[in-house]
Amino acid sequence: MRFTLIVELEDKPGQLIKVIEPISKIGGNVISVIHDRHKVSPLKRVPVEFVVDVDTDKVETLLNRIRDSGVYIRSINEVRMLYTESFLLIGHIIHTDLSDTVNRIDDTGFAEVVEIHITMPKVNEPSTAIVTISARGKGELNKAREILKEICERKDILVIEPLNEESA
Amino acid sequence: MIRIALIGFGTVGRGFAKALAENREIIEKKIGKFRISAICDSKSSITGDFTIEEALRYKLEKGRLPESIGVEEIIEQGAFDVIVETTPTDVFSGEPGLGYIKKVLLSGRDVITSNKGPLVVAYHELIKLAEKHNARIGFEATVGGAMPVIKMIRDGLAGNRVKRIRGILNGTTNYILSRMEKEKAPYPQILSEAQELGIAEADPSYDVDGIDAGAKLVILANSVFGKDVRFEDVSIRGITRITPEAFEIAVEKGYTIRLIAEADENGKLEVSPRLVKLTNPLAIYGTLNAVLIETDLAGEVFVIGRGAGEKETASALISDLVDFYGNGSFD
Repeated sequence: MRFTLIVELEDKPGQLIKVIEPISKIGGNVISVIHDRHKVSPLKRVPVEFVVDVDTDKVETLLNRIRDSGVYIRSINEVRMLYTESFLLIGHIIHTDLSDTVNRIDDTGFAEVVEIHITMPKVNEPSTAIVTISARGKGELNKAREILKEICERKDILVIEPLNEESA
Repeated sequence: MIRIALIGFGTVGRGFAKALAENREIIEKKIGKFRISAICDSKSSITGDFTIEEALRYKLEKGRLPESIGVEEIIEQGAFDVIVETTPTDVFSGEPGLGYIKKVLLSGRDVITSNKGPLVVAYHELIKLAEKHNARIGFEATVGGAMPVIKMIRDGLAGNRVKRIRGILNGTTNYILSRMEKEKAPYPQILSEAQELGIAEADPSYDVDGIDAGAKLVILANSVFGKDVRFEDVSIRGITRITPEAFEIAVEKGYTIRLIAEADENGKLEVSPRLVKLTNPLAIYGTLNAVLIETDLAGEVFVIGRGAGEKETASALISDLVDFYGNGSFD
């Protein structure tokens, strides 16, 4: 996943590497760095904004490593819902009340349906949808997946799950 | 001289006999002299002095073999060192292969089979029976055709803990899904074209309902994870409900759809259509099979190859033969 990370670095040599090295070591990618020397904080620290691309399951480890090197993390965005997965649904999705399916996931509070793309080729024929669910953590995503599967089983909708690419 | 009795003389059995004749020189360098001492199909047989070429020619011309000695009798006579069993698969009863294989193992002789049925129904029983009677059973040909899977994990990855195996174990469904992806055509249309091409059977349920892949997964789970699982333990969903639109929207998200068989060390046992990233090695096309093995030491190992076909199955059967009798181990 891609997220923005704003840190505050001391204004002396060798600081940037404290953030870049952990990103590189964990296999992440720095998309951009904005080094804004005009906004020095009262403690004479310079805010630096990174856009980072890293495997979702490694984000927490990465943030801990950066903190451990003594760097102050001011903010992180787009990490509220860390885990995202898409599912394909085939069946009578609309007739069986799509909003109910979405609500059941959203009502959990720990997961939400963030995207739905649905195609309906003909009236009364099965429609096909891709549903993307985001959740706060891995366990929460697993729970949301089980809820989705249970609802779809009851409504005779085929759920095609993604092949998990994380190693076993 | 190693004496091979061949049970089943259909596409697989004939393919095996042809490959033995064609590659005799290569094979004999590995295992020494061999001959086929008997061939038996469901209604006829050939025994005594004959060449592989003669048997093939007779069957081609007459549609049968010259004699009528039954399989049971050939096994009882025992004029062989190893049976190569290639009778048709029934994953629910395992028969008729299961009965034949038990009888041969009981007599302390080796068995090599391409037939999934007996191993799906009675994997551990057969392994124990073989051990007890100092015999061996080779079944590389039951999973993934020419792809070396069983022996690769047993030998090449020996000493590894296998964590998960995921694969495409059925070429027919992979062919259908590949074409649906490329042509955005409906399932029934691609199925009937596959039937015309001989890639799908007239009754395609064995493939498209995931039964064949499920049977292979049972054999893999039993042999690799040491589980005691049966066909009924596999959660199976086939490909018949998949719409052409499913591919359209999956591809937009960077996915395709493939029928994936998955087993892991925690007991997961599932055959189902899955969203597979287009960049994943398992996003393969056509009738190919592939297996992705995840281990603790070697990491990920990927095998891809032809999962069916007479030559391909013969390759796997012969690999078991060489495994048993290679390095002059036959005496």
